[in-house]
Amino acid sequence: MSSSRFDKEIASPELSLAGWARWIWKQLTSMRIALFLLLLLAIASVPGSIWPQRSADPNGVIAYFDANPELAPILDGIQLFDVYTSVWFSAIYILLFISLIGCVVPRTGVHYKALRAQPPVAPKIFSRMPASQSVTWAKNSDVAARAEKLLRKQGYRVVRTGKSVAAERGYVRETGNLVFHFSLIGVLIAVGIGGGLSHNGQRVLVEGETFVNNLAGYDSFSPGTFFREDMLVPFSMTLDNFEVDFDIRNRTNVGTPLDFRAFVSSKLTPTDTPKPGLIRVNEPLEMPDANVFLTGNGYAPYITIRDAKGNLVFAGANAFLPQDSNYTSLGIIKVPDVDRQFGIIAFFYPTAQALDNGAFTSIYPAPVDPLLTLNVYEGDLGLDAGISRNVYALDTSEMTQVAGGKAEIRGLQLKLGETVQLPNGLGSVTFEEIRRFASLDFAYNPGGIWVLVFSLLALAGVTTSLLTPRRRVWVRQTSGGFEVAALARGDDPALTDIVQNIVGELKGQQINRKGSK
Amino acid sequence: MGIALNVGLSQISLLFIYASMAIYTAAFLTFANHLARLASDKKKVRTQASRFESIAIVLLIIAALLHTVGVVLRGIAASRVPWANMYEFSITGALFVVLVYLTALSIKDVRFIATFVTGFVILILGAATSAFYVEVQSLMPALQSYWLVIHVVVAVLAVAFFNIAAALSTSYLLKTANWVNSSKKKSIGTLKRVFALFPAAENLERLAYRFNIIGFILWSFTLIAGAIWAERAWHRYWGWDTKEVWTFIIWVIYAGYLHANATRGWTGKRSAWLSLVGFAAVIFNFTVVNLFFKGLHVYSGL
Ligand code: HEM
Repeated sequence: MSSSRFDKEIASPELSLAGWARWIWKQLTSMRIALFLLLLLAIASVPGSIWPQRSADPNGVIAYFDANPELAPILDGIQLFDVYTSVWFSAIYILLFISLIGCVVPRTGVHYKALRAQPPVAPKIFSRMPASQSVTWAKNSDVAARAEKLLRKQGYRVVRTGKSVAAERGYVRETGNLVFHFSLIGVLIAVGIGGGLSHNGQRVLVEGETFVNNLAGYDSFSPGTFFREDMLVPFSMTLDNFEVDFDIRNRTNVGTPLDFRAFVSSKLTPTDTPKPGLIRVNEPLEMPDANVFLTGNGYAPYITIRDAKGNLVFAGANAFLPQDSNYTSLGIIKVPDVDRQFGIIAFFYPTAQALDNGAFTSIYPAPVDPLLTLNVYEGDLGLDAGISRNVYALDTSEMTQVAGGKAEIRGLQLKLGETVQLPNGLGSVTFEEIRRFASLDFAYNPGGIWVLVFSLLALAGVTTSLLTPRRRVWVRQTSGGFEVAALARGDDPALTDIVQNIVGELKGQQINRKGSK
Repeated sequence: MGIALNVGLSQISLLFIYASMAIYTAAFLTFANHLARLASDKKKVRTQASRFESIAIVLLIIAALLHTVGVVLRGIAASRVPWANMYEFSITGALFVVLVYLTALSIKDVRFIATFVTGFVILILGAATSAFYVEVQSLMPALQSYWLVIHVVVAVLAVAFFNIAAALSTSYLLKTANWVNSSKKKSIGTLKRVFALFPAAENLERLAYRFNIIGFILWSFTLIAGAIWAERAWHRYWGWDTKEVWTFIIWVIYAGYLHANATRGWTGKRSAWLSLVGFAAVIFNFTVVNLFFKGLHVYSGL
């Protein structure tokens, strides 16, 4: 009949889907593949240290694109700027963890049974074991009973059957190993879930300014996948004062920052009394669902600008970005609300020194002899188009320089408290006072603590596992004496010593450990 | 607020380091002489050999003492722990290698790798004093943390263990190499005789494994401590910064090494190679990554 022919084909088990699946599963969970995937993971991690990564160094990526406009998109195509979230990197570690689960779950079952089972019975031929000794000794009548007692005392689990004793110790080796591998799964899950629930944002605060914890309060913000804005606790924080200590005493160390201190006051609700706090590098301030970190600082010269009629058109302290370790700082000032818009590219030198070519540099990071220089540009600031503009950059393509550079009028120079006239009747500018700013980072990651817990568990597990020897020992009474054998899981150089030691103890003699070698 | 850096004292520290290098070199030459004598085919030369070994060990201990004084003075001169830039990591790390080695020497018979270890220490100190030297400086605020003490000291210790394991794996590979054993060349014949005097290949492999597991446990701790510190200093526990990447790579390679030792077909030569690859990554992490890769860990001081 025709149906039997069909049956035959379906019945060929070697090629069935299930057969293949079983075969693949067996391969995937083999030690060889685990090793291969581990080494592959190490290799796959390397590119992320060669090319800049969007997560760690976004500006580096932009710079790379500028420098290599041809190559960069190709590299980007294979995710070399996002290595650790790339498809191929993820594939490797996901496979590795599937393999891990497939490996340790069955081993847990085996180990659970082993924990309840008796030590395996003595082998027939002791001399086949890696360490063994046969002793002729007449007084052997109670040797099994004494061996049982001795091995118990040494921490073995022991069974005595008639004239032979089987003992095993070091079960925690496998327990530690399993705890380690399971904890790795815990780490991975905690990293994943924690990352999804986390968020962090940055804000530059000038002394006197107040931050309010909502999305609008941040200069930049990166939410995790599960973030909702109502997760932000609406506290407020004012930077009252920022202090820096620079070394001036030690010759080899002059100008090195010794300490940064951001004094803040915070309120959980608008009606609270402000609570003082201090943030230092390595010492974040804990706020509800956010730790506040100090990540940078610099100067924010407070400037006022008046138009030709004397009306105030600008008053403020913009953060100037430090350009070198002596805090030569670059800042941008935009004055949009006047008849003729203008902008200023300003340099601030905390301790100014003139160079031979007429330019300035700063020779010490604290404001010993501060100087502000201004290059003024007149024209459209490009703010009206409604596109948000970088506050740290001035697009001068539609503007003409009216002071500094190639302009007829030299760049303006102001010492603290001075007022100078702007060119072209734009008004006057006054350098009122020096303030500082702090770059703060508000970070929240509820997974962190769990990552730590599982990491420490893994560490404890692996330490136990690697440092605990697992051994089996057998003792058997023979007609003219007794014999002892030992077996270890993995290599164990102490095995021969152990056998000798047991022989010695059973014969009731002290044995010289050194001499046994 | 302020610290007192003592430049005069740091110069004295440097003198001690130089002095220790001189004695290390003497120890190295004596150890090498010892091996060469052992390999000699004249019986008389061979019987005198062990005297050289004893002298070399005494020299090594003297060098280690001078070295210790140099490191301690450096710490006093900087009024902090002496491991905050590459010069200091190097001199402290090299000292740890020697101390771990001397300790191991009193527990296990590892005399035969003395030439490797001493030579390597001279190399590190040479690089430190010629390429990495910087005057004492205070700690930048990001480094002012007790985690500097814990994290770095354990990392340096781990490296010392990996280093000795690598020397053992190298011995193992040379001893078992076919090109050594089947060679007819005279120079290689000497090498063969030297390695014939080393412990059995299985013992070398086993010892390397012991040093590597301690190294691995310490390195795991370094990784965790680094993440805790990163959370305090940089507001995230892990950010794939270049140094973090390489710490991770090293950890994974040594995890691979441990697996290799339990995988059929991967014990012996392959696992010994993995031990060397792991140590190469450690060296790479310390030199190329510190000096040429961009990242947050810019503490070379250069
Ligand atoms: C994330 C991936 C993995 C890492 C980081 C890792 C790491 C380690 C480490 C460090 C050890 C030695 C310490 C100890 O014995 O407790 C070890 C042992 C072991 N691993 Fe893994 N492992 C991973 C995945 C796997 C997988 C997928 C398997 C199964 C195929 C596996 C099976 C084993 C076995 C059987 C041992 C014991 C070896 C022995 O008896 O010495 N591991 N692993």
